[in-house]
Amino acid sequence: MHNASTEEAPVVPAASKAGIDRKPSSRQPALASQFEHGERHTVGDPSVDDPIMSAREVNVYYGDKHAIRNVTLDIARHQVIAMIGPSGCGKSTFLRCLNRMNDTIESAKVTGTIILDGRDIYDKRQDVVQLRARVGMVFQKPNPFPKSIYDNVAYGPRIHGLAADRVELDEIVQTSLQKAGLWEEVKDRLTNPGTSLSGGQQQRLCIARTIAVNPEVILMDEPCSALDPIATAKIEDLIDELRESYAICIVTHSMQQAARVSQRTAYFHLGDLIEIGDTDMIFTNPRHKLTEDYITGRFG
Amino acid sequence: MSNEQLPPSSDGRETASPTQAQIAQERVRASLKRRYRAERRFRVYGIAAVVTGIGFVALLFVVLLAQGYSVFRQSYVQLELSYDPEVIDPLGTRAAEDLAIADYAALVRDALQARFPDVEGRQALRELYALVSSDAPFQIGDRIRESPSLIGSTEALWVLASDDVDVLLKGKIEQAADGSAGPLSAVQVGWVEDLLASDELELQFNRAFFTQGDSREPEQAGVWGAAVGSFLTLIVTLGLSFPIGVAAAIYLEEFAARNRWTDLIEVNINNLAAVPSIVFGLLGLAVFINAFGMPRSAPLVGGLVLTLMTLPTIIIASRAAIKAVPPSIREAALGMGASKVQVVAHHVLPLAMPGMLTGTIIGMARALGETAPLLMIGMVAFIVDIPSSFTDPATVLPVQIYLWADSPERAFVERTSGAIIVLLAFLVVMNAAAVILRNKFERRW
Repeated sequence: MHNASTEEAPVVPAASKAGIDRKPSSRQPALASQFEHGERHTVGDPSVDDPIMSAREVNVYYGDKHAIRNVTLDIARHQVIAMIGPSGCGKSTFLRCLNRMNDTIESAKVTGTIILDGRDIYDKRQDVVQLRARVGMVFQKPNPFPKSIYDNVAYGPRIHGLAADRVELDEIVQTSLQKAGLWEEVKDRLTNPGTSLSGGQQQRLCIARTIAVNPEVILMDEPCSALDPIATAKIEDLIDELRESYAICIVTHSMQQAARVSQRTAYFHLGDLIEIGDTDMIFTNPRHKLTEDYITGRFG
Repeated sequence: MSNEQLPPSSDGRETASPTQAQIAQERVRASLKRRYRAERRFRVYGIAAVVTGIGFVALLFVVLLAQGYSVFRQSYVQLELSYDPEVIDPLGTRAAEDLAIADYAALVRDALQARFPDVEGRQALRELYALVSSDAPFQIGDRIRESPSLIGSTEALWVLASDDVDVLLKGKIEQAADGSAGPLSAVQVGWVEDLLASDELELQFNRAFFTQGDSREPEQAGVWGAAVGSFLTLIVTLGLSFPIGVAAAIYLEEFAARNRWTDLIEVNINNLAAVPSIVFGLLGLAVFINAFGMPRSAPLVGGLVLTLMTLPTIIIASRAAIKAVPPSIREAALGMGASKVQVVAHHVLPLAMPGMLTGTIIGMARALGETAPLLMIGMVAFIVDIPSSFTDPATVLPVQIYLWADSPERAFVERTSGAIIVLLAFLVVMNAAAVILRNKFERRW
């Protein structure tokens, strides 16, 4: 199901920003008012060929508050999709829908379908534990378990029974740490507590333990917001490498990060998916006024 | 603002009339004295409060030790015993049953008469025999039983002196003008001094206190029976209340829905923690002893009653400890695909363990000192034998202290204080264990 942009809207370029030249704009009040009148049409094509996950008409309610409205989008394999938007626009909420972490919040109600591998993850018969082994999550603040580095990475394989013996487990741990770019730094101190690492290393440890269970999708909720620029750069390089094996959804506050790291970008505003498309297009040629306002820094 | 400035004087300083700022400064300086005085007063109050509190505790300890330190030594009198085979084993069989029923008291009497040959007359002799504890014949019997080869020989054996002699020796009673001291007549006092002079009467380590159960005779009364009873009762209490309390706390915190029923349960648990302990004793009497027919006075029932009493404390402390586990750890575990039970078992429980242990030890310490509920279920009986199982009749340390405090004999005064010291030592050991366990489980995150 497509939300095609049928409006005869001319391109609504933004003013010059960070060296990117834009054509002079002409405002389209009609587009903005669509959302005020309750019709929600996302600008841009939210679907892809052969997506790994598809969200269709997802609504999230916190009690009476309608936090996510009718969001439809696909997540492509081996690609990074960035979700951007001002604070409180619901991007983290939507991200948490993808691995049913919103189930832990009592007042949250989710409607709509999210399809992984042909099955709706909100189906009664879906095993949440299994889902979360296929869709992993990295959180904003690094939260390694208060165990050793080895046990942190080995925890997932252990509880899911991925390793037949200690030798296999060692291999999985080593591979995951290598993929996360942490192996060289910690190989001599695997028994040290995970919390003894620096912030950037802890976040890479969290990424390592997520990939240790071999997920298909990795969700990242502002993974670099608690880190310094150098650690951030390392993680961004890591995301680029991980893209070859996993589909990645990253929520980020930083537009520059979204521009650097992602191939597709989705812009959320007050619970609506306003615009979605290739990252280049979104940042150079946003078609919706709200997107343009956000990107040019008029709010957010 | 009037700012009249005189021209600078010759040495370069300004001698200006007071400005607003200077007036304010002057006022501040004037108030400083008052403020510092108030601060000093406050500090004095604080120190006085601390000193008073510590003073009372110190007073308690000083009084306890002063009254109780003497219990660790007991008077023993040395008797020259001749193990007359005619008395001990007239049939010559050396059979255990025969040896057990021999008249060892006669041996004691003979030894005493030999020591004080001048004493004549039944009354005087009875007074003489009263110097030695009624336990002495049993002591001799044990000695013969363990080495029957002694029969026919003589031996100088230290036997327990009577409690009156002991109290005199420890200086707990005054000598009156006529030479008598407490229940001892002047003549008896004379004998005691005679024995002292010839080093046949002295204070030795009080074995009985640490190995025997209760007794009507103070010199034979020991705290071991009550200590074992306390230990068994606490084992039952710990074994039941810790798992049940922790499981209940986990369920209430992690799995139960938040609705009216769980709120009601929470209020009731908090109230239970404040219920007077004797109520639990009544409950134990009605339910465990009358309805279930469990043995009275047993550590099992005592433990059950104390479990009911400590459960609310453990549940409340455990819930607080579980709440304190950061949600980020839970989210991380859930995100990895751990089930709810795995999150609790692998992550929440280890992190909450120090708090749970603290709550448990507080509950146990309270249970150790509880008397009222145990009185209700009958643990106030006179228990002589050391309990060997959970269903044997037993008593606990606080009850033993209460019983001894009630006894008229003078020698029980020091024993009461001694038992309190043992109880406090028990508590200190338990708390030390708790601190060690807690430090071992403490994680830094």
